[in-house]
Amino acid sequence: MEIRQMRKRNTVIALILMIGSFALIQALIMGGVIRSYQQVTLATICINIILAVGLNLVTGFTGQFSLGHAGFMAIGAYACAIITLKNGSVAGFLLGILAGAVLATVFGILIGIPTLRLKGDYLAIATLGFAEIIRIFAQNLTITGGAAGLNGIPKFTNWPWLWAFTCLSILLVNAFIHSSHGRACIAIREDEIAAEAMGINTTKYKVMAFAIGAFFAGIGGALYASTFYILKPTTFGFMKSIDILMIVVLGGMGSITGSVIAAVVLAVITTALQSFSELRMVLYAVMLVAIMLFRPQGLMGDRELPLPSEWKNRRKKQPQSAAE
Amino acid sequence: MALLTVKNLTKSFGGLTAVSDVNMAIEPGELVGLIGPNGAGKTTLFNLLTGVYEPTTGKILLNTNGKEREIQGQKPYRICGEGIARTFQNIRLFKELTVLDNVRIAMHQNVKYQMLPGAFFHTPGYVKEEERLKKEAEELLDIFQLTHKKDEKAKNLPYGEQRHLEIVRAMATKPDLLLLDEPAAGMNPKETAALTQTIAQLRRDFGLTILLIEHDMSLVMKVCERIYVLNYGQMLAQGLPEEIRNNKLVIEAYLGEDMNA
Repeated sequence: MEIRQMRKRNTVIALILMIGSFALIQALIMGGVIRSYQQVTLATICINIILAVGLNLVTGFTGQFSLGHAGFMAIGAYACAIITLKNGSVAGFLLGILAGAVLATVFGILIGIPTLRLKGDYLAIATLGFAEIIRIFAQNLTITGGAAGLNGIPKFTNWPWLWAFTCLSILLVNAFIHSSHGRACIAIREDEIAAEAMGINTTKYKVMAFAIGAFFAGIGGALYASTFYILKPTTFGFMKSIDILMIVVLGGMGSITGSVIAAVVLAVITTALQSFSELRMVLYAVMLVAIMLFRPQGLMGDRELPLPSEWKNRRKKQPQSAAE
Repeated sequence: MALLTVKNLTKSFGGLTAVSDVNMAIEPGELVGLIGPNGAGKTTLFNLLTGVYEPTTGKILLNTNGKEREIQGQKPYRICGEGIARTFQNIRLFKELTVLDNVRIAMHQNVKYQMLPGAFFHTPGYVKEEERLKKEAEELLDIFQLTHKKDEKAKNLPYGEQRHLEIVRAMATKPDLLLLDEPAAGMNPKETAALTQTIAQLRRDFGLTILLIEHDMSLVMKVCERIYVLNYGQMLAQGLPEEIRNNKLVIEAYLGEDMNA
């Protein structure tokens, strides 16, 4: 009974948040408060949330340090761009997103099987290498437009589409985390040897998490292509992977709400610092160092944002943990 | 027919032979002890039985559900699926997770819903299965009176209870054979006595076969029906507790040869 009640409550809360956020932003857009310039920031936030939530599943929940997320994003972006350039209808757009996500998943599995035998730093470097390979391919294939990239990609992304895909990503990853399969992934992060001794096929679940992460990176990349008209291989370099990783680490490894908050905060900071042109990257870096110094576990740690009904419990528990 | 048969099992690490030509046979329902001085190869033997290491030579045969099969060199998760569960000498709980999650994770291999659609879309099948998992996990936690702590993080439990939780977690995989690696390590005599009772009760209630490594002789002599003694990787002796207690070789291995010199 408890599980059913919790599900009912969570569904209600999720619906309120989803409809509320949609209505609020939609009203701001229609009221002219959010102009086309801020809409780009809005799109960036949504795309970054999708990317970060996917990477959080790999790095935060399953504990596999990946620096190759931009590679999967590139696959999704190019797949969607190529399809929408051929078929510039909404059906083409949706097909492009699906193709991008599926293709990225396939590559996720192919890359995951050999690399996920590695651990820690070695895994990070191997995934980084694969992402670079994907980028180099994009730079040299004719179908991807070579170094010049692709131009004139039809734009379909608007707030409703971005909202829908962001919500879908958050809901699906969150549902997965709260399933037995998700718990198997978390067990791998906690103690791989113990997880395997308790009957969990650790290789399978590591590859699975990697593939799911790649799936959402594919969606994020596809939305990116549709938002920004042009694609260049340089966009999907090492720094892009770092950007996404930064959102995950800042928000808290293993916290979905943390990733969402960090994606919003970082985008807002970047936009706010736009007027300090040269100092911008310095200030940004200083802020990151400060956050890591004073809150190394990230904004949310591995917790989720507590619901109002949980506030009482948290306050009651705090003296205990302080006494430890 | 024996539940577990170990034939001429050897494991070498480079020049060091940690386990050498070991033979064992454990009958269904038995409670067997494995003792030996530090570095005798007891934990290595456990690691061979659970697939952490691949044996250099030799065979391990498991006989459950009426068929006997070789399990040496298989992956640990497969061996767990075949019906051997274990605890660890140095506790290996999922520290940051709740007590309940620790147990539910061990039930994963028997979960009935699939990743698609169950895990992603929380279908009615998912809800039903999750309710079953929670109920069964709580029943298992009841054995060690841990149910009221189910929402605490495992790392916040007192040491003794962490050891209990490891046993509960191993039980959650529904094993035929349970391997306990020093379950009473670090416990005081009172806690050890309580643990002794619980182990006996576990065996009765679940029809389990148990093999345990232990240094605490009071526990071993009290609960074990048969004892194997390992020394320098070799099987030194085996027999009833009484026989082992009076075995000259065993006394030498534990107390040193120069005892009478």
